[in-house]
Formats: sequence, structure tokens, C-alpha cells
Amino acid sequence: MKRAILLAASSGIALTGTAYAADTITVVSWGGAYTKSQVEAYHKPWMSKTGNKIVSEDYNGGLAEVKAQVEAGNVTWDIVDVELSDAIRGCDEGLLEEIDHSALPAAPDGTPATEDFIGLALHDCAVANIVWSTIYAYDGSKYNAFDRPRSMIDFFDTKKFPGKRGLRKSPKANLEMALVADGVAAADVYDVLSTSEGVDRAFAKLDSIKDDVVWWEAGAQPPQLLADGEVKMTTAYNGRIFNAMASEGKPFEIVWDGQVFDVDLWVIPKGAPNKQAALDFLAFSTDTQRLADQAAWISYGPARKSSAPLVGSYNSDPNLAMGPHMPTAPANFMNAIANGFEFWADNQDELNERFNAWLAS
Amino acid sequence: MADVTLQTGTAHNSTASGALLAADGTPLKKKLRQALAVSRRRAFLLVAPLLLFILASFAIPILLLLVQGVKDDTFSSIMPETTVVLSEWDANSEPTEDMAAALVADLISARAIDRSLPTKVGTRVNREVSGAISLFKKTTRKAAKMEAPFLAELHKTDKKWKDINYWRAMKIASKTITPAYYAAAVDKKYLADGSFTDQPEDRQIYVSLFLKTILVSGGVMLACILLGFPVAYLLAHLPSRKANLLMIFVLLPFWTSLLVRTTAWIAMLQSAGVLNDLFVWVGITSDDQRFSMIYNMTGTIIAMTHILLPFMILPIYSVMKAIPPSHVRAAKSLGATNWTAFWRVYFPATIPGIGAGGLLVFILAIGYYITPALVGGQDGQLISNFIAYHMQKSLNWSLAAALGGILLVLVLILYWLYDKIVGIDNMKLG
Repeated sequence: MKRAILLAASSGIALTGTAYAADTITVVSWGGAYTKSQVEAYHKPWMSKTGNKIVSEDYNGGLAEVKAQVEAGNVTWDIVDVELSDAIRGCDEGLLEEIDHSALPAAPDGTPATEDFIGLALHDCAVANIVWSTIYAYDGSKYNAFDRPRSMIDFFDTKKFPGKRGLRKSPKANLEMALVADGVAAADVYDVLSTSEGVDRAFAKLDSIKDDVVWWEAGAQPPQLLADGEVKMTTAYNGRIFNAMASEGKPFEIVWDGQVFDVDLWVIPKGAPNKQAALDFLAFSTDTQRLADQAAWISYGPARKSSAPLVGSYNSDPNLAMGPHMPTAPANFMNAIANGFEFWADNQDELNERFNAWLAS
Repeated sequence: MADVTLQTGTAHNSTASGALLAADGTPLKKKLRQALAVSRRRAFLLVAPLLLFILASFAIPILLLLVQGVKDDTFSSIMPETTVVLSEWDANSEPTEDMAAALVADLISARAIDRSLPTKVGTRVNREVSGAISLFKKTTRKAAKMEAPFLAELHKTDKKWKDINYWRAMKIASKTITPAYYAAAVDKKYLADGSFTDQPEDRQIYVSLFLKTILVSGGVMLACILLGFPVAYLLAHLPSRKANLLMIFVLLPFWTSLLVRTTAWIAMLQSAGVLNDLFVWVGITSDDQRFSMIYNMTGTIIAMTHILLPFMILPIYSVMKAIPPSHVRAAKSLGATNWTAFWRVYFPATIPGIGAGGLLVFILAIGYYITPALVGGQDGQLISNFIAYHMQKSLNWSLAAALGGILLVLVLILYWLYDKIVGIDNMKLG
């Protein structure tokens, strides 16, 4: 009798245990102001709508953890915010669940999701939530009003604008920007990069400023480098610079010429413990309203066309309209390069090696 | 044990052949062996939990990872037929229809199991030649509709298939046990015909990085000896109240988080940092020509020396504490000058401490990762940063394993050299 009670009690614990686990998903993202924007726009409304719980974890990008979890058969992450190239690579290597696009909600006017999302946004294993951009920025208080950097050419011109430059320690975006500064039109960048002369040309351009470069790796570094005066100009993710401007009042200015724009996407690791709940969260967080809401917290553009008209003003400052700060705003979009994810999937091994060898030489 | 010897000692039993017997008539040798076996078993049982833990959490995972450096069955497990056909190909003649047919058949059956399998193969081949990922994706999409002759169909799908280098790359990738990663880790390229060649010059990096890592570790070790020895001497010879206070200054950074100390150096050394501000204020340099002391090799060496210094001071200190002051006094009373007494009597006695500290600092430095990553900039990166890069970013775990394997062998060689020159028994950690 005693044993039966004990058994019932322990199975009761086990039952509630699993029931609880099914309602709790682990959402992994990049931390800082970016995760905050997601918590405000996605997590809180989803939790209050479904009664489920979200454990939010930070990571630093890359697929290493996902790969380790999937290969060890011990997946603890349910949904992860990744860069486009990682989404493609993860899908290629079989680390991610495929996602059925027809399950995504349509736009308010009835446009199906497959047409509502922008070009780069939908992939076999991934659905984009935001458009972000690698731009360069400078400290406005260090330049007078008439003699400011305006184009990508100015960034690479250390005679006209002396001083250190911050660049991300990766060939991605840097090679593209170098070619734009060398006179290649944004639309032709990947055609030129596909030839070995084009790669040589990009490296030669980077070589011309190599001695003045401070390399950064984490997205939080460039605003810090600028604020410390360690560099005069730096490439950066536009949202990080905007955040420093809007919430910390830094006098930074963004130059949009030659911006390389990209998307961030949700992916679900293969064998995620709470796949159904994760899929539900994915569909909810990428609907029209949620994407527009997120733009009130950080200056990353929504990945749905139908979200653009709903984008309002900054959360703590109703006078600060977010529209003009989006990478996709027409004035910013004049000479923009879309991240060539297919090019990078094919060439990243070789170009990363060459870039690393070039850095160390 | 004890009762065995006692009994034999009193009874003096012996067999005809003269072997000693215990009280119960068994030969003494056997009895002794039994007694020893029991105590050995007990000792083994005592360490068994730790042994198991180390095996499971340390030895086996490291071994498995090292195996990844020479074993890669991505291609051969997903593309079995192609692997067989490619193994018979000499890598120089034109690709044959058989090869094409096997490739198409393997792609179709792999896709039927899991859609991502063919691109997984493409990713592997892409490490040997760029462009293979998109080639495999494209070919897989069309494979199901292909009909013989397959070679012509492949050429029609993508003209890259006419390039023999893609076939050669597949042959390299098809080898399950492969020297390709170890070759890549020493800037060589493994070719399809089994020979090796140098990597193109603009992609050579690892050999010079290994050398740089050894040089930096050696430099940090020397700097630690030069800076640490006087401090240890002071600590060992001050009255204990003052020495204890000084000891706190040595230990405090030792207890502080590594990250905090590294970031503190950024604040100190950066161009708008404390030191540069001081230099400008004193007039050593002008405001627009501040020194670059961080995000380069200088920063790496300064920060690493500071962080590893306690590992040098503590062993030297403990050895110095054990040197009887009477030795130096005796030398002086026999007419030695201060310097001779120090150099001929005191210093040789501290060698075990210097040896221990040196080995400790060197081996820690050779695997140092987080400090160079934060303050190393472009030329202050060490080999461990690239191992981390291949683990986390490029996902080329096999190359990471090969680099790690070489690093392990290097450390073992240096350890062996140390044993030959200084002697490992001659080392004191405290």
C-alpha cells in the first residue's frame, strides 16, 4: 500500500515535470539591446497569450553549440536567432529542423506569408525576423559640419580622414565594402568577388588601411571603441550604433553608403525538446504586428513588408520616428548590398583562410 | 603481512627444495603475493572513482577528438558507391561514366534518407575546393531526373563537373582515414594522388603561428622569471608580517577573474587609456601620436605576463623559504663576496623552483586563449585562438583536432626536453 502511494506520488511528479517542460521553451539570442527588443515585442505577449514560459539565453553567434548539442543527441535549445550564413550552413549540414512556410500567419490584408516576407527572409530551415545592416559610423563631435565622411570611399581614405578604423574580424562585409570603396557598383560586387582578380583587388584595398585597423568581434565593441576614441570611424551593426545614439545620447553618425544588409532568422535545432511550442512561438513572433512592435525598441527593419507602415516611434521617445533609422528606408538604401549568402556558402572556407593568413602576415 | 613474517620468522618451515613456508604450509612467496595483491586492490578501489571520472570526462573525450583529426567518414558513409569507384580512379585520367553514375545514384539515395545529406557531403568537399556546396545542391535537385549517360548529364547540369579538380576533391574527401587535416595544420595540401604540396603562399599560416606561439610563451616565461625572482626573494626574506602583506598583493590578482584583469589592461593601455594619458601629460609623446600598446603583440605579452606571474612567484618563493640561511652565511664566512655567495650557493638552490615555475608558465602560456583573443588584435593571436575559431566559427572540428594534436605533441616534446636538461625530479611546486 505504502509502495503504491509512493509510486503514484512519484509518477505524479514525473507527469507534472513533463507537462511543465512542454510549456517552457529556451529561446537563444544575441543579448544586450537586441534581446531586450525581442523580450518586449515577442516573449512577453506570447507568454501572456499562451501561458507558456520562455527561458531566454544569450550566445555569441555561430553554430558550434547547436552542432555540439545535435551531434551529442542532447538538444536543450528550442529556438535560436542566427545569421543568414549560419542558417544556410546549419540547414546544409542537417543540424536544423525544416520549417513549413504555409504555417506562418498571413498579413492583415490576406497576403500569404510567402509573399509578405522580403526576398532574403524565407529558407528551408529558417524564417527571418529582422533586417540588419553593417554600416560604418563616426563620432560627429570629432568632425566639423562641412568636412565629414560621407561615402565608403571616405572610410578607406586615411589621407583625407586620418585616424584608426574599426573593422569586424571576418572577411564578410569587409571585402564587399573594400570593393565599393574601390569603385565597384553595389550590384556588381559579388560578380567581381567571384573572380580571383576581384578577391585580390578587395584584399589590396583592405591592405591600404591595414596598419590603421582595430579589429572587433562582438557587436557591443564598436560603439565602445568610438566612445573611447580608440577609433575615428568603425563598421558596426546599425542597431548598436542607434542604441548608443538614442538611449545613451552619443553624438554618433551613421554613413549608409555601401551598407551590407542581412537578415537574422529563427531556426530550430534538429531534435529540439519542445518543437511544437517553438514552432508556435516562431509563427507568433514573426507576424506583422510583432515585427512592427520590435522596431520600437531597436532600429532593425521588420522582415515583412506589411510591418513597415506599422512602425512607430522609439519606445521612450515619441518624437523619435523609427522609420528613417531603418536600413531599408529609401534614403539609406541607395547603394546597399544584399549579403550574398550563396557566394559565402561556397567561398567562406577559402576566403576565411586567406583572410586569417593576411591578418597574421 | 606482519603475521606472515612473524610466523615464518619463528617456525622456519621449509620444503625439501628449501623454499620458505608459512604456518599453513603455503610457500612464503605465494603468501606474500596474496597479501600484496589485497593491498593493491584496496589502493585501486580507492582511486577508482577519480580514475573513472578522469577517463570519462578527460581522457576519452580528448582521444575521440584527436581521432577526428585523422578520421572523417562524412563522404564515405553517405556516398558508398562513389567512394568505391573513386578509390580505383588514378586521379589523372578523365572522369569516367562509372564515376558519374555512382555519384548520381548515391545523391539520389542520400536525398531519399534526408534532404540535408547531399549538402553535408558538399560542405566536406568544399573544404578541398571552393564552390562544391552550390554544385552539390544544384546537382542533387536535378539528379532524380537524370538518365544515362550520366557524365554528359552532369556536364549539362553544371560546367564545373568538367573541371577535374572537383573529382579530385571528392577523391580526397572519400578517404575515411585521411592525412588531409594534419597536412592542412602544417600548411601542406594533401592531393588526390596521395602526394603533398605546399599551400598557396597567401594561405599559409599555421607553421608560423606555432612558432610564434612558442616564441611568445618563451618570452612570457622569461619575463616572468625576471620579474618574479626578485619579488619571490623579497617575500622570502622580509620579516613575516611585511611578507604576509606583500603575499596578499601577489595572491589578490591570482584570485581575481581572468576576464577582469584582461579588461583592466585594456583600460590601462588603450590609446585613450591611463598610461597614454600620463605620457601625453608628462610630454613623452604628443596627443595625436599616442603609443599603440594594446590590440597587438605588445598588449598580449604584457597582459599574459601579468596574469601568469603568480604561477612563477609561488613555486620560487616556496623553494627559497626552504633554503637554510646558514648556507649563505657559511659561504660568506669562508670568504665569498655577497655576489659569489648568491650566485654560487643561493641561486643554484632555487633552480628547482625556477624550473617548476618556468614549466608551469610556459605550458599555460602555450595554450592561452582568452587574453590574446581580447587584447591580441591582428598580430597578437596564438594557435589556440585558431583552434577555437575552427571549433566555433568554421565548424571544421577535424582541423581543430589536428591543430590540437600537434600542440599536444609539442608540449610533450618540450616536457621531455625539460626532463632531459633539468630533470623532472628536480622540480618543486611547493
